[in-house]
Amino acid sequence: MVVKAEAWAAVAGLCRDDSRLGFDLLSCITGVDYPEREDGAEIEVIYNLDSIANHHELTVKVKLPRDDPRIASVEEIWRTADWHERETYDLLGVVFEGHHNLVRILCAEDWVGHPLRKDYEPPDSFHGIKNVIY
Amino acid sequence: MTEAKIRTEEMLLNMGPQHPSTHGVFRVVVRTDGELVLESESHIGYLHRCFEKCAEGNNYLQVVPYTDRMDYLCAMMNNWGYAVAVEKLAGIEVPERAEYIRVMVAELNRVASHLLAFGTYGLDIGAITPFLYAFRDRERILKIFEKLCGQRLNYSYVRIGGVTFDMTEEILADIEAFCDYFDPKIIDEYDNLLSYNGIFISRTANVGVMPADLAISYGVTGPSLRGSGVQRDLRRDAPYGIYDRLEFDVPVGTGEMGQLGDCWDRYMVRMREMRQSIRLVRQVLRDIPEGPFCDKKAYRAVKPKAGETYKRVEGARGEVGFYIVSDGTNIPYRVKARAPSFSNISILDKLTSLSDVMVADLVAIIGSLDIVLGEVDR
Repeated sequence: MVVKAEAWAAVAGLCRDDSRLGFDLLSCITGVDYPEREDGAEIEVIYNLDSIANHHELTVKVKLPRDDPRIASVEEIWRTADWHERETYDLLGVVFEGHHNLVRILCAEDWVGHPLRKDYEPPDSFHGIKNVIY
Repeated sequence: MTEAKIRTEEMLLNMGPQHPSTHGVFRVVVRTDGELVLESESHIGYLHRCFEKCAEGNNYLQVVPYTDRMDYLCAMMNNWGYAVAVEKLAGIEVPERAEYIRVMVAELNRVASHLLAFGTYGLDIGAITPFLYAFRDRERILKIFEKLCGQRLNYSYVRIGGVTFDMTEEILADIEAFCDYFDPKIIDEYDNLLSYNGIFISRTANVGVMPADLAISYGVTGPSLRGSGVQRDLRRDAPYGIYDRLEFDVPVGTGEMGQLGDCWDRYMVRMREMRQSIRLVRQVLRDIPEGPFCDKKAYRAVKPKAGETYKRVEGARGEVGFYIVSDGTNIPYRVKARAPSFSNISILDKLTSLSDVMVADLVAIIGSLDIVLGEVDR
């Protein structure tokens, strides 16, 4: 299911609260970088939802412009989104609006760039530690 | 001394990154008032090895060894989770025999992983003896794996299309001997040694109580979620492999020693799961068919069509998921790993704020969540 970025917050709320849907578990958030798409460079954010009671799954995809990827945070709906969104921000630079503490989680706080973007160039050194390529 | 001169103040403590009871490199900044924990803040990332970035530079078969190193205590399930996702993407049929072998090694690995959880949990709380017992028996499983694939920890045994080596009659006999040795005698011994020990119960019952709805909201899965009484197991709810043909129960927490969802419940779910795992292994030993152990084409190279998929398996710590995007080449475009420990440990800060927690209880809570930092940080 592909959802527009503006609609995502409302759709997410519905997914969890509607008893027929009942998606109470946010399993995974994935970001994928597509720098060379025909209709403009995009970043896709993919949410894998799961309902423990109803035994069904849903994959929701949101397409964002690559130069300014912004999307509403869903950490108020699923608490687990807090860390997952921080990871996606850290590795792909997607900004989750309304997140209470959107800082890097896996890389160091002063790391530069977002490593999972396809055009990412690793630095030659980090705090004096050289990047040795074998 | 007059009362005015006695001063108490809050203190910020760093627990970790190097601390024996965090089970790896994990830092919790704790604001304490004496022995009381007022607030905690978890910091992860010390073991980040860029798994997802590495996966984008290797072909599908070469990614398998990286998955071992995520959750190195149950590497079989990580291999399997990745293999299932790629097989779905490439439309590879797994031979029947391989499916049986996969269940067998995965369940043995689950026992080995739960044994380590049991042993180190006792160690965290101050009981050293169970740790030595647990390692005695875990060693037997590792010996079997070593015979099977030459590795004790990072197996890379479950591969795309099947498994790497065939099971021999000798190894099957070893596994059967282990099952007879282990269940029920040894697990009963553990229960006598630790589970129903009065001191252990008072250290773990009513500590770190995790309500079910909160646990689900935080994405907690696996034994930690089942400890809160939620009947959720992917092996039964979304069967993969041959789990739909096998009989087993899903143990959940009952709150028999205190409140539902406390540390003791989470611990006990693991102890009861070991019995179920042995039950599964026995069924596989009875039914295992003859035949090839791996898809011949997939053994050499894998090149799925363009597409994407998300598949999950039930690991020893919860749901191991892989989201894989293929662009039609032999190198994955994107591999995202959903590691169970990553979500499980994120609830820690909430648990410490829910009730009055002592510093020693914090250690008990971290231990009961049974995290592996290799997979938290990937």
